[in-house]
Amino acid sequence: MSIVIGKTSKAPTFPIAAKAALKNNQLRRNVAHATNVIRTKRALRVEEMPDWEQLRTAGADIKQHTLAHLDHYLIEFERNCELAGGKVHWARDADEANQIAIELIRHYSSDQPNPEVIKVKTMTSDEIQLNHALEAAGIRPIETDLADMIVQLGDDEPSHIVVPALHKNRVEIRDIFRDKMSLPGLTTEPEALTAAARFYLRERFLRARIGISGANFAIAETGSVCVVESEGNGRMCVTLPDVLISLIGIEKIIPTFADLEVFLQTLARSATGERMNPYNSIWTGVTPGDGPQHFHVILLDNGRTKLLADPLERETLQCIRCGACLNACPVYRETGGHAYGSIYSGPIGAILSPQLASLEHSRSLPFASTLCGACYEVCPVKINIPEVLIHLRGQVVREDQKTLTGKLSAENIAMQAAASIFQSHRRYEAAQRLARLGQGLFERKGQLTNLPGMAGAWTRTRSLRPIPKQSFRDWWKARAKQEPKA
Amino acid sequence: MHYNTGYHREAVPLVRRFVEQFRNAETVCVPSASCVAMMREHYLMMAEAENDPAFLSVVRSLLPRVFEFSELLVNRLNITDTGATFPHTVTYHPSCHSLRMLHISESPIKLLQAVRGLQLIELPQKEQCCGFGGTFAVKNPDVSVAMLAEKDACVLQTGAEVVTALDNSCLMQIYGGLHRSGSTVRTMHLAEILASEGAA
Repeated sequence: MSIVIGKTSKAPTFPIAAKAALKNNQLRRNVAHATNVIRTKRALRVEEMPDWEQLRTAGADIKQHTLAHLDHYLIEFERNCELAGGKVHWARDADEANQIAIELIRHYSSDQPNPEVIKVKTMTSDEIQLNHALEAAGIRPIETDLADMIVQLGDDEPSHIVVPALHKNRVEIRDIFRDKMSLPGLTTEPEALTAAARFYLRERFLRARIGISGANFAIAETGSVCVVESEGNGRMCVTLPDVLISLIGIEKIIPTFADLEVFLQTLARSATGERMNPYNSIWTGVTPGDGPQHFHVILLDNGRTKLLADPLERETLQCIRCGACLNACPVYRETGGHAYGSIYSGPIGAILSPQLASLEHSRSLPFASTLCGACYEVCPVKINIPEVLIHLRGQVVREDQKTLTGKLSAENIAMQAAASIFQSHRRYEAAQRLARLGQGLFERKGQLTNLPGMAGAWTRTRSLRPIPKQSFRDWWKARAKQEPKA
Repeated sequence: MHYNTGYHREAVPLVRRFVEQFRNAETVCVPSASCVAMMREHYLMMAEAENDPAFLSVVRSLLPRVFEFSELLVNRLNITDTGATFPHTVTYHPSCHSLRMLHISESPIKLLQAVRGLQLIELPQKEQCCGFGGTFAVKNPDVSVAMLAEKDACVLQTGAEVVTALDNSCLMQIYGGLHRSGSTVRTMHLAEILASEGAA
C-alpha cells in the first residue's frame, strides 16, 4: 500500500522551503492581505454567535463519537447510499481510488477516446493526485472552482485548503486567463475576470457527461452527501452530468442529518466569514429524471485508519477543512502554503501530512510552529493542534535517537547536556560560570555575536545580551545581607 | 524547552526536580507565563504516565499553589498598586502562552495602569506571536525573524520607550530584533517596571 499526499515525495524540508518563500515579497503580500481579510470577516461572524463555544464543543463531540464508531457508521452509510441507488467503492490508498475512478469514467464514456470530466473543488482528489492519474489515462479533468481553475490553468499547486489560489493577486490571475483563454485584451477588473471564467466554464458544464466531487459531509443515517460552496459551480457539477463520482475521505462521515445543524453553522463562519455558504448541495442516491442517473462514492482511507488508535492523533481526523487555522497562523502568514510541501498546509497540514505519509520532509513539519495556540483558538472542532504537534515532535525525536547520526546531532547533545545541567544546582552554577568566561570570546560592544552551532542561527539575525555578571540568586543573597529583616 | 521540542523522556527528571525543590512551598511565584503554562498543561499528564502514585499526588497538590507573577499579585493578593514610579511610555506585548493558555489579559494592564508616571500605549496586532517559540527560533530562524520583524514594526509604531511582557523569552526575541535594527526601545519584564522607584 502506498500513501500519497499530493506531490510531497520530492519536497524540501520546511526551513529550506520557507527561506525561499520568504524572499518572494509579492507572495507574502498576497498571503498577508488575503488572510487578514478572511480573519477579520471570521471574527465578526463568530462574535455575533452567543453559543459559539457550545457549537465548537458539539462539533468536536460529534466527530469524536463518529471516529470512535467509524466502522459502524461507514457500513451504515454504504447501506443507505446503496438503498437510494448509489454504489459505494472502498479504496485503501491513492492508487486504488484513482484506479476505481478511471475504470468508472472509462465504463461510462466508452464511445470517447479522451473523455472530459468536470470537477467540484475537492482537496481529497489533490491528496491522491487524481488529475495526474486521469491525464495519464487519457482523461481530461476540468477544475470548475474558480480558484482551482486558476491553479490548474497556471500549472500551479494549491496553497490553501479553502482558497487554493490565495497566493495569487488579480494581475497574476489576469495573466493566466489572458494566456490560457486567449483573451489578449483582458483587464484586471473583477467583473472582467469573472465573466471570462464564466464563459470558459459554462461551455464545459453544458457538454460534460461526468462530474467528480468531494464531500464536506457524508451522512450515515440517510446515505446523503453534502457539498458546500460559494460559487454555484459545484452545484452545476453535481446536477448537470449524467454520472457523478464522489471521492470521500472516511473521516467525513457524520451520523445523522440533524448533525449538519452544527457544522453548517460553524464551517462557513470559520472558512470564509459567511453566516452560511451560498450553495449547500445535499443529494441522496439517484432520482429518476432529475440529476445524475449514475452515482458512485469512493470511500478513501489513504492512511487515515492508522490515526484512529491514538486518542490524540485521532483528533486530527475531526478536521472539517475550514482553513481557519491557516488564516490565524503567524507562520503560514509569512510563508504561504507551498512551503509545507503538501496540499495540506498551515497548522492542520503540519499535523495531518506527517501522520498520513511518513516522508522525509514531513518530519520537519511538526517543528514549523511556535506553539502560539492561535490555531486551536479558532478551530471549530477544537483540535488541540499544539498538543498534537508536541506529540509528533516526540515521535521524530525518539526515531532520530535510534540512529547514530541522531544521537550525535548537535541538537541531541545540547538537549542532553541542558537536561543534565538543569537537574543539578551545582552543575547549573558551574555552567553559568563557564558561560560567563567563554562568552568573552564572542562579545562585541556589549553584545554576543557569531555564536557557534545552533546559537549562531540566533546571532546571525538578532542581538543577544551577554549573561549578566550577577545572577538573580546572587542578587537575592546580597540583598538579604544588606537589608536584614525589619 | 525539552518537552515542547519533543524530548519528552528527558523532561521527566526536570519535572521531578522542580517538584522536589518546591513541594513544601506555600506559594510558587513564576515570572514566566510559558513556564506556568507548561506546568498546568503538561505536568499532570506526565506525572500520570510515570506510574508513581506518590509523585502524582505531590504534583496534584503543588499545581494549585503555582502562580504566574501578575496572577499572584492581582488575583491572589489583590494588589494592583505596587507603589512603583516609572515616568515612561510603555507598550505591553501579551505573550501567546499568557493569553491563550493562562487566559491572562487584565492583570498586567491593571498593574501597569497603577504605576505613577507610566503612560500605557496599546500595541497594534498585539495578539500576534513574536516568533520566538523556544527552539523554533533556531530551528526555523528565517520564519522566526520574519515574524519578529512584524512584531517589532508594531512596537515601533507605538513610539513607546519600553516594551514589556510576562515572558523574558519573548522579550529576548523582541530585543534581539529591535537592537539589531538600531532601535533604542528597551525591553523590560513587568516585574522590573513594578520595582522601579523613579526615573530608571
